[in-house]
Amino acid sequence: MKLLNWTRRGLFAAAGAVLALGLAGSPGAAQTPPGVLVVGQIAEPKSLDPHAVTAVNDFRILMNVYDGLVRYKDGTLEVEPALATGWEISEDGTVYTFDLREGVTFHDGTPFDAEAVVFNFERMLNEDHPYHDTGPFPLAFFFSAVESVEAVDATTVRFTLNAPYAPFLSNLAYPTGLIVSPAAVQEHGADFGRNPSGTGPFVFEEWRSNERVVVVRNDDYWDGTAGTEAVVFRPITDANTRTAEMLAGGIDLMVEVPPTSLSEFQGGDFTVHEQAGPHVWFLILNAKEGPFADKRVRQAANYAINKEAIVNDVLEGTAEVAAGPTPPAFAWAYNDALEPYPYNPEKARELIAEAGAEGAELTFYVTEGGSGMLDPVAMGTAIQADLAAVGFDVSIETYEWNTFLGEVNPGLEGKADMAEMAWMTNDPDTLPFLALRTDAWPDQGGFNSGYYSNPEVDELLEAARVATDQAERARLYKEMQEIVQEDAPWVFVANWKQNAVTNAQVESFTLQPSFFLLLKDVVKN
Amino acid sequence: MGGYILKRLVSAIPVLLGITVIVFLIMSLIPGDPATAILGSYATPENVEKLNRDLGLDKPLVQRYFIWLGNMLQGDFGRSFSLNRPVLDEILERFNATLILAGTSFVLCAFMGILAGVISAARQYGLADKAITFTVLIGISVPSFFLGMMMILLFAVNLRWLPVSGMYAIYGGGDLPDLIRHLIMPALALSVVATGVIARLSRSAMLEVLRQDFIRTARAKGVQERRVIWAHALRAAMVSIIPVLGIQAGFVLSGSVYIEIVFQWPGIGRMLVDAILKRDILLVQGGVVFVAACYVFFNIMVDVAQSLLDPRIKT
Repeated sequence: MKLLNWTRRGLFAAAGAVLALGLAGSPGAAQTPPGVLVVGQIAEPKSLDPHAVTAVNDFRILMNVYDGLVRYKDGTLEVEPALATGWEISEDGTVYTFDLREGVTFHDGTPFDAEAVVFNFERMLNEDHPYHDTGPFPLAFFFSAVESVEAVDATTVRFTLNAPYAPFLSNLAYPTGLIVSPAAVQEHGADFGRNPSGTGPFVFEEWRSNERVVVVRNDDYWDGTAGTEAVVFRPITDANTRTAEMLAGGIDLMVEVPPTSLSEFQGGDFTVHEQAGPHVWFLILNAKEGPFADKRVRQAANYAINKEAIVNDVLEGTAEVAAGPTPPAFAWAYNDALEPYPYNPEKARELIAEAGAEGAELTFYVTEGGSGMLDPVAMGTAIQADLAAVGFDVSIETYEWNTFLGEVNPGLEGKADMAEMAWMTNDPDTLPFLALRTDAWPDQGGFNSGYYSNPEVDELLEAARVATDQAERARLYKEMQEIVQEDAPWVFVANWKQNAVTNAQVESFTLQPSFFLLLKDVVKN
Repeated sequence: MGGYILKRLVSAIPVLLGITVIVFLIMSLIPGDPATAILGSYATPENVEKLNRDLGLDKPLVQRYFIWLGNMLQGDFGRSFSLNRPVLDEILERFNATLILAGTSFVLCAFMGILAGVISAARQYGLADKAITFTVLIGISVPSFFLGMMMILLFAVNLRWLPVSGMYAIYGGGDLPDLIRHLIMPALALSVVATGVIARLSRSAMLEVLRQDFIRTARAKGVQERRVIWAHALRAAMVSIIPVLGIQAGFVLSGSVYIEIVFQWPGIGRMLVDAILKRDILLVQGGVVFVAACYVFFNIMVDVAQSLLDPRIKT
């Protein structure tokens, strides 16, 4: 046994030394210190330049480091002053004049003024601007209506639009409208996204690739100082690992909790937050050819699919049944007289028989995942089963998200009868304008991949876009929703409720209907 | 020996060139493009075209390949659009993390695997041999990512002995003990399968050697059994174990992709997965070429080590 004694002893000694070195010194459980909020993010941010990014995941950091001219009022999707103290809109709706807040400075110490605002929009929109090459700026088209931006004086800035454009103010409240420090852009150029400087409640401190982004309290913030000393954003791409970190105390706040993990957080130590937002999950139906060219068959699909079962069983209650194309989160523009299509397979069969589409074969595009797509494969399978129950023969084709968009966005003609889709927007105008108008068919650069066309809807949407009176816009949108629901170009499935979990150390946290993560008032004990 | 190494290095050049062509073609041919990935739902044909132009992707394929290759030969791997920083900076930083994880794992699996194999062979059909063979079978059969998740559940969530994920503590930490605490679970999970494979092959290599005449001679001369096993037999068996180690090193490197995702290890495997999903062409291409170059280099090292051990191999 001599052979093994030596080895065994050596092995134990070596293993023991390693373990001792590892376990000694710091406490076993990863408790986070008071005053520091650790947020579990779903991915690494692409950039901290608000004009260069498109992902909600990035917005969660940006909204705490920057301010826009305007912002959404707490708990709503209505616009209120932020870096601008007020504004005037010209009679014809094409000139917006903003009065700017005085005495605000960027984190790098340079003053915020009208010239800074002009720099921001010129950089995004003007291809000849010396810093336009610090892009690309993928969402710059949010401001494509802007013809010119000028500094009237140090605290007044004027935007001239090429036509009235009602969503302009809410686009300014979107992260693409956040104001960055011109001096920091000039200093860092294309690396500005890693050296951000804004006017927000937190100052950027450190970004370690794939480990953390740290922001610390801005003691000179114009709107009261933040409740925590620092916030650490950790990218944890794997949902199971994110859940484990939350359970083990390695993070204090976790966003986008998978429906199946929610049960882990029932009980005293954790609080689950929920907030419906401007999200709609739907099926695009090919209204140009095949069985769905008949309105009755499209309505039948709406009756045939058991949306209650999808939101309650597949999504574990993390969504609500959608009634029409506009999410209820746009409270002012939402038509609450609309009732969702009830689950009624009998009615569906009748309509299908009337249209003579019994036993039709359907091709259904399903994605594996993607922004706002929730649980697309499981949902697609449930939908396939519901449609089979009323006599359709549905074959699913599954694609990875980018490939999926490449198939769906150019239009379904000649390829498929239906496709999954989801949108999160900041204005009730965006989705219907880009995806329901006749002029938004794919060949004209829009997202109306199912070729829906109704001149009445077109007129209402065009009118709503140029109306500057909110009550008038609301009336137009409500009328549009009624017609679209009746025409059923989509199957309206679900409105997602965004969720988050906080542990017992976190106070005063609320989710916003905008899906932005605002952490200024959060306290961490 | 110098000539041999040089010859092997030169023969690696066409391999690496082939890899650049393959990875470039794959990234160009897979459906979906970076502009669609960036724009998401807003990817209208018009927006996509403009963004592709801004990203320099509107040029012909062949031209793009040679621009990329030329730049890379000058040490310029380009700029990652999904991370908004130079590709090479990102690769080096991330490769460092992977090297720590895969390196530790490799040392662990080589040490444990050879140890288990030698003990098994020395005690053929004994209790230790049976126990080791059984454990090895289980080790080989359990997928590493599943093992990783179970380890997290037990040691981090329930017992709270070790941190769940990451490479350093998010607050404080950053020293060696902190690194080791974070390294224990991923390194073990990553090494399990390779340990099993190495143990099996070491066992059979040792058994073969132990039956040979020179071992019987050594024993007859009265050499201590410990010396017979560890000095005489193991050295001879190493000739067939080392190529296995070389293959397993590559296996550990590629297996780190799963482990890096489960444990949020900021390594190059996770980087590549993210980059592929985002269609970050330059980052994928640069990363793959870099990893391939390391792998080729590692293989050369293995061959050299083998030729040093076994004088029969011509250099």
